[in-house]
Amino acid sequence: MEFQIFGIGILTWIVFLPIVGMLIVLLLPNEQKNAIRWTAATVTGLQLVLAVVVTMIFDRTALGINDSNSFQFVEQFRWIVVEAVPWVGKIEIMYFMGIDGLSVLMVLLTALISVIGVISSWNIEKMVKGYFALYLLLVTGMMGVFVALDFFLFFIFWEVMLLPMYFLIGIWGGARREYAAIKFFIYTFVGGVLMLLVMLALYFSVAYTNEAGEQIHTFNLLHMMNAANYVEGSILYGLDTTWRYVAWLALFISFAIKVPLFPFHTWLPDAHVEAPTPISVILAGVLLKLGTYGMLRVLFPILPDATIFFMYLMASLGMISIIYGALCAMAQQDFKKLIAYSSISHMGIVMLGMAALNTQGTVGAVLQMFNHGTITAMLFLIVGVLYDRTSKRGVYDFGGIANQMPKYTGIAMVAMFAALGLPGLSGFVSELFSFLGAFDSFRWITIISVTGIVLTAAYILWTVQRVFLGSLSDVHKTLPDLTGRELLMFIPLAIIVIFLGVYPAPAIELMNASLSHLVDFVNGGMP
Amino acid sequence: MGMDSLILFSLFALFLPLAGFVVLIFFGNRLPREGDWVATGAVAVSFVLSLIIMFSKLATPDSVTATWAWVQMGNVPVLGGLTIELGILIDNLSSIMLVVVTLISLLVHVYSMGYMQGDSRYGRYFAYLGFFTFSMLGIVITHNLLMMYMFWELVGLSSYLLIGHYYEKKSASNAAIKAFVVNRIGDAGMFIGIMILFVHFATFSFDAIFGAVAAGDLPFASQAWLTAAGVLIFCGAIGKSAQFPLHVWLPDAMEGPTPVSALIHAATMVAAGVFLVARMFPILTADALLVIAYIGAATALLAATVAITQYDIKKVLAWSTISQLGYMILALGVGAYAAGFMHLVTHAAFKAGLFLGSGAVIYAMHAALHKQHDHQTDAQDIRNMGGLRGKMPVTYWTFLIFTLAISGIPLTSGFLSKDEILAGTLAFSTLNGHFLLPLTAFLVAGMTAFYMFRLVILTFHGKPSDKDRLSIIREAPGVMTVPLIVLATLSLFFFYSFNPLGASSGWLYQALERPASVVPEAIGPIAASVLYQAVSSVHTLVMILSIVIAVSGLAFAWLVYEKRSISADKMAAAMGPLYRGSYNKWYFDEMYQAVIVNGTLALTHISNWFDNRIIDGIVNGAATVTQGISKISGWIDYMFIDGLVNFLANFTGAIGMRLRKIQTGKVQNYLVFAVFGFLVIVFFFMAI
Repeated sequence: MEFQIFGIGILTWIVFLPIVGMLIVLLLPNEQKNAIRWTAATVTGLQLVLAVVVTMIFDRTALGINDSNSFQFVEQFRWIVVEAVPWVGKIEIMYFMGIDGLSVLMVLLTALISVIGVISSWNIEKMVKGYFALYLLLVTGMMGVFVALDFFLFFIFWEVMLLPMYFLIGIWGGARREYAAIKFFIYTFVGGVLMLLVMLALYFSVAYTNEAGEQIHTFNLLHMMNAANYVEGSILYGLDTTWRYVAWLALFISFAIKVPLFPFHTWLPDAHVEAPTPISVILAGVLLKLGTYGMLRVLFPILPDATIFFMYLMASLGMISIIYGALCAMAQQDFKKLIAYSSISHMGIVMLGMAALNTQGTVGAVLQMFNHGTITAMLFLIVGVLYDRTSKRGVYDFGGIANQMPKYTGIAMVAMFAALGLPGLSGFVSELFSFLGAFDSFRWITIISVTGIVLTAAYILWTVQRVFLGSLSDVHKTLPDLTGRELLMFIPLAIIVIFLGVYPAPAIELMNASLSHLVDFVNGGMP
Repeated sequence: MGMDSLILFSLFALFLPLAGFVVLIFFGNRLPREGDWVATGAVAVSFVLSLIIMFSKLATPDSVTATWAWVQMGNVPVLGGLTIELGILIDNLSSIMLVVVTLISLLVHVYSMGYMQGDSRYGRYFAYLGFFTFSMLGIVITHNLLMMYMFWELVGLSSYLLIGHYYEKKSASNAAIKAFVVNRIGDAGMFIGIMILFVHFATFSFDAIFGAVAAGDLPFASQAWLTAAGVLIFCGAIGKSAQFPLHVWLPDAMEGPTPVSALIHAATMVAAGVFLVARMFPILTADALLVIAYIGAATALLAATVAITQYDIKKVLAWSTISQLGYMILALGVGAYAAGFMHLVTHAAFKAGLFLGSGAVIYAMHAALHKQHDHQTDAQDIRNMGGLRGKMPVTYWTFLIFTLAISGIPLTSGFLSKDEILAGTLAFSTLNGHFLLPLTAFLVAGMTAFYMFRLVILTFHGKPSDKDRLSIIREAPGVMTVPLIVLATLSLFFFYSFNPLGASSGWLYQALERPASVVPEAIGPIAASVLYQAVSSVHTLVMILSIVIAVSGLAFAWLVYEKRSISADKMAAAMGPLYRGSYNKWYFDEMYQAVIVNGTLALTHISNWFDNRIIDGIVNGAATVTQGISKISGWIDYMFIDGLVNFLANFTGAIGMRLRKIQTGKVQNYLVFAVFGFLVIVFFFMAI
């Protein structure tokens, strides 16, 4: 399926609209704050419209994953071609984009969260121009990762995200912003280096034969999924070799840092606590999903043999993240840090579901990625609302907010109970399928993981009690309820959370074919 | 009545209360009376529909099922394509339960119009009542385990919201959290049980699972896993029906408004566990049922021993609820299916009545204390009551009927169901020797009569604790007394069986025929026919025994509290540690606090410490080490590499300095150098 606007593919539009916005923002004078804000809102809004269009006309039966013919909205042309390099031969780097059932929801999520992030950024006053320019660059990076099908392109987008994020935390963050920013940078940079190494190893191992009979080394992810393309004698040639396991581990760590999985997670609480609200929203809403997405897009289908070999490792790390994240969340007194740790716990469920390598588990995991994106975005926005009004964030600093801010409390309850996994809200459905899938593959690991739902209930309800229930202190008796702008960012998310909780079928239909195919492909161990 | 209209009616009965909830949440403030009539009207219609459904269903032997695809997934390994269905099952069990739930809910709605008047969150309260009714009906009419679990959690939510109605009070919000979290422990077990069944059978539907097991297909081909699945699903019931050892949340749940206690924490929601066991009965193995029976018996006894010494009117009733739920669970465990479920129905009426009656008392006490400007005296402590009989005649007489019913005195509904439970339990033990079960059951029967009459006498009889207060006590208004009268009528025998001494000929008992067990015979429960044979042989004996025991419990309470011929205080003193243990609820709360709550908290601190010190320690340590290395390499750079470079530079410079001296600028000198150089070259080549 193709879809072009002015001769340019829709995915290019979706990915690069924010860059266009960034250029406009840079051209605007510093004082024109509202023009800058509206520019950002317009481009991300357009991006969302395009993403919705893509989702609507997306063919739910196409498989994708390793089959280039069934990817949709594909744009593919040679980008960098170097003829006859000594030893290597011809180098080809493709501008290769396309989506399948695995990425379509992520594209939608990224566009949605980006718009909401802009609305939430409206009251940022410090260096508005720089802020929105970086913000829009970040959006392009995130979106690019979700549509790239060439490893080199994927890697470039991956690294493009890093820098704006570093500055957004480091300049617009809280008191310890520099520490947090550097920690974030170093963690993800280490991940990037590992990814680069694996990427090069893959590059030297994979070559396809083109129509002219030339052997061409390539970064094309789909070629890397075909065993026939591995050059005999190359480092990653064969199945279940030590080097393939090493490559798997390196790539796994680079993705696990982003997820983040225990024990690679400690950048997250710091980054969240110091980041301004909209950046926390982006971080939790989209950035974390890049890790699990990367595993499903790159790691699983390219190294399926090693993936099966390391199944229990993944499931165990998922289990530890679920329990450990919940325990750490319970110990926090900073509302934001609490939610940061809850993210670790909830992303553990994604990992557990993915590790099961069956359709239920993987569907549950990808749905959980989407749901966690919307739910956690809401939670960070909720913290932000209180922080904007009081400059306080401690769970013990409040109490009795329910009587003072009823609309806010109603919205917060939806988000809190969704995070708790209450049936009827979206979080439950994805947790359900993740656990059902996981139980099929790992009985005891799943049984232990399920105890996490008790811990989650405990820390969520404690937080609700401390912040919303009880009696209102006098200093909070003037707090205004949600403004129109704030309702604008909450209501769409709340509607999605409730809708997908009651009727998840539309979301599951989008991904079902691709994920079933992915699971089959991985379990087949690369034909 | 056609099948389709039955389904349609049940959908309306289900969704009307939800619609009421939505209307009240969004528009409640703009409606007259904050919309209480919307909620009440919705439930009233639900009740009428439920009645129609029940009568239509009971007229035919066939159950009705309707299903809708909820989620479809293709190509699931091992399972193939997978469709997850939502569905409705109308059979005798669900149609009877529909009426019980909607009726009690309707009465509580009406009653609340009086009891909750003037409350600051009046509209919100009615909204939540509607949401509860919706969730509870969902549990009742579902045809599969998934929906059961979903609505199961939703009633947990409504219970949480309603227990926490007075959330400004810390004790109320604590109780709400405790209820939810303790229930979640049970639910986690239930979820694992459901996973076992689903992963093997690829369906949540009761019928499909039962059918597969009947065909000899066991989860993971193992009898042990089948038993485990049964016991784990029963964990959900342990939580929701407040069975030992998860019973601790229910007494605290009394923090909620009293009508809520009547509806949720006495009549309906807590009975959901019993309903669950009844639903799952066909696949419960003998071992699982034995676990269930013993848990039920232990709960019945434990709670009865606590109820004896409590002074808070609602707490006594709460513990008695736990005890009666234990009875129902025990009955199902021994296979006395109809008896157990019938007790659920009769108990719903008289226990809701008891709570609403206690609500009327508390309401009157509050009003009187308010007039006296007394804010110290506890309006719920029975030691502050006494002699209310004359002032609150309707409340008193209805309360007395409820008490007779719960004590199992003939002519009441409670006698019918309790008698069947005792008979079933005794019959069970004659077949396999578990004599502890009937022994406990009879003991609890006597204790129940004792503590319930203790409550009646201390509240309504005897001397008032304060004459002035008594003089201003007023009977509750009509909206509150009418529900009491309705429930009192429903606590009499003729609604359930025309024979006051035997339930088995009644319509209800017969409608609740025990479903056939589908587990392999070797691990299945005692066959229904065998059990009924044994029941009929012990029935007369049990009837006499149960009457004697109930009456002696009653008489003993009369002697102690009315006649005061035996001193309660002396008895307490003589019992010593037993009394203190009972008064302090056997220290379960303290134990759980010390072990589980503090243990978890300690774990959270350890995790947090590990995160900050160990993991971050490693990260920061690595950073420090890197910094250190970079300093060393910087020093090496400076000293050696730069040193070498500088040395070379300096050396070159120095040579340059020397050499520049020959740059004299004099042509003569250069000529000399040039000639000299030329000669050197010439010699060099000549030498070769």
